[in-house]
Amino acid sequence: MSALAALFMRDVRLAIRVGGGGGIGVLFFLTVVVLMPFAIGPDLALLGRIGPAILWLGALLASLLTLDRLLAGDYEDGSLDLILMADTPLELAVAAKAAAHWLTTGLPLVIATPLLGLFMNLDGRASAAVALTLLVGTPALTFIGLIGGALSVALRRGGLLLAVLVLPLTVPVLIFGVSASNAAIIGPLPFGTPFTILCALTLVSLVVGIFAAAAALRQGME
Amino acid sequence: MRLEGTGLTCVRGGREVFAGLSFSVGAGQALLVTGRNGAGKSSLLRMVAGLVRIASGRLALADADPEQTLPEQAHYLGHLDTLKSSLTVAENLSFWTRYLGGRSAPQAALVELGLDALADLPAAYLSAGQRRRLSLARLRAIKRPLWLLDEPTSALDQDAQDILARLMRDHLAGGGIIVAAAHGAIGLDGAGTLRLGAGP
Amino acid sequence: MALIDLANPTRFLRLAHRALPWLIELTGALFVIGLYLAYRAPDDYQQGATVKIMFLHVPSAWLGMLCWALMSVAALGTLVWRHPLADVAAKAAAPIGAAFTFLCLVTGSLWGRPMWGTYWVWDARLTSVLVLFLMYLGVIALWRTVEDPSRAARAAAILTLVGAINLPIIKFSVDWWNTLHQPASVMRLDGPTIYPTILIPLLVMALAFTLLFVTLLVAAMGNEILRRRVRTLMLMQAQSAPGSAE
Repeated sequence: MSALAALFMRDVRLAIRVGGGGGIGVLFFLTVVVLMPFAIGPDLALLGRIGPAILWLGALLASLLTLDRLLAGDYEDGSLDLILMADTPLELAVAAKAAAHWLTTGLPLVIATPLLGLFMNLDGRASAAVALTLLVGTPALTFIGLIGGALSVALRRGGLLLAVLVLPLTVPVLIFGVSASNAAIIGPLPFGTPFTILCALTLVSLVVGIFAAAAALRQGME
Repeated sequence: MRLEGTGLTCVRGGREVFAGLSFSVGAGQALLVTGRNGAGKSSLLRMVAGLVRIASGRLALADADPEQTLPEQAHYLGHLDTLKSSLTVAENLSFWTRYLGGRSAPQAALVELGLDALADLPAAYLSAGQRRRLSLARLRAIKRPLWLLDEPTSALDQDAQDILARLMRDHLAGGGIIVAAAHGAIGLDGAGTLRLGAGP
Repeated sequence: MALIDLANPTRFLRLAHRALPWLIELTGALFVIGLYLAYRAPDDYQQGATVKIMFLHVPSAWLGMLCWALMSVAALGTLVWRHPLADVAAKAAAPIGAAFTFLCLVTGSLWGRPMWGTYWVWDARLTSVLVLFLMYLGVIALWRTVEDPSRAARAAAILTLVGAINLPIIKFSVDWWNTLHQPASVMRLDGPTIYPTILIPLLVMALAFTLLFVTLLVAAMGNEILRRRVRTLMLMQAQSAPGSAE
């Protein structure tokens, strides 16, 4: 257990020291969200209606674009070799790394959501709903993205390939995340229905993500 | 304890690097793997470390801990540093001692490798030789019976090479096994030689 | 004493050390005067007392833009003249400029709430200040990401200069964008024409803010110089340890 805790803490420490932790992810999130009205127009009523969707897309992109460093960094400096030679199972190791990634990238996005809700003309209740769905949904994004990261770990141009591989897999999470947010704001569907499905998706992605990523890493190494 | 390879074949990138390779190294013995570049020295070491697939043949560590796989009982010192630049020297080493487990003594290892004065410096400030010393400190700090060393003397100054020679002597004296790939002598006396590839 | 004398970091540190107490006192005094005058200024016939946020909001906007202008001059200093303190000034100024811009956004938002009913509208002026804020954050991120200080300085200098060229363009295009889609509510950011009873406090506050900026900048530059010294010492320590010959 102490080995996993060491790996988790190391990744958290690295994320904080290099580029200020979740800072760059939140900054990207902020930028994407701010860009949307330029394309859509400053109509506040319209922005309020599609606000949850814009926030979800921003969080999705911000999560994905920071994921390719998750495994590539360890591959490039040879740490991945040693991690494969330890007696801690690879599945748990990638889980610890993904958890550290979510804590330093996904969670700051969730915390930034209410502020960004202001830009989208969302009231308090709407912002809270979106933040809650993101709290449950961003771990799913991280663990699904882990699969793409493992598949593209040995490639130089991993970033875009990873996004292409992973985005289709995140579609269900996006659908239920936005639909739960909208249900909380305008109904008529009760919030609980899409929200529980979102929770289920996250739990499934936790398990599938870990095993698929470990398998992909083993395949890629040998 | 004995490391035995029988009829090992390695295929990388569609090319057969070596075939039908056999060797045997016992406790307290060392094997020096030589050959020109591209002959497969690094591939052989990575194969023993479990990082490259065995196309055919058998690899076994006899009379070893039955609870652990071969890689879990080996140290692999490759060309890469396994260091994170933004962590300090001490943090880098203590991470590996905690992660790779086993009986470990990180502080003593830093002292022996001459790095204790730099313990709180970020690894980014280290020279290539000092980074190599930190990798050696990992071998010194964590006890594993099998050492797989890929060109261990590269980037080391004379003092560090002497320290390495001493570390290797102590390891062998304690019943460990060393398999090292090198172009020339690395301070191992009485080591068996395994020559890869055709030619001089 | 010529300006060039300040080029020596050690001399700058000494001067900064002597000047800082004076700067702090002067800034404090100006703020006291400015806030008092602002307090005494008459309320707006339409907005009531909330108009007085203007005394914080407008100077922050000016300082946010002034800071970028200063960073651009420093950028030229780095790229063209290789002035040793230019990097330090640019790196130290960026977070201060970002803070002023942020203050401008927050005070503008609080000012707007009673008027527009919401904390944010995509008004041309707010939006261009928001874009300026994002650019500040981008420059700060760039400073932090590149490890070697002189490479970071050159990269940040280029970004700053491009930003300086871009700011009028952004302003223009955002104005244009905003007039294309007439917003639903009517904005009345400009109050009535400025009377001396409002103008004088405003100018005093602007001066106070400027002095605050100078004080913070001098202090931050001192810190940055010391930080670089620490880094050099650490490099020397690594080089004097065994095994450093490679």
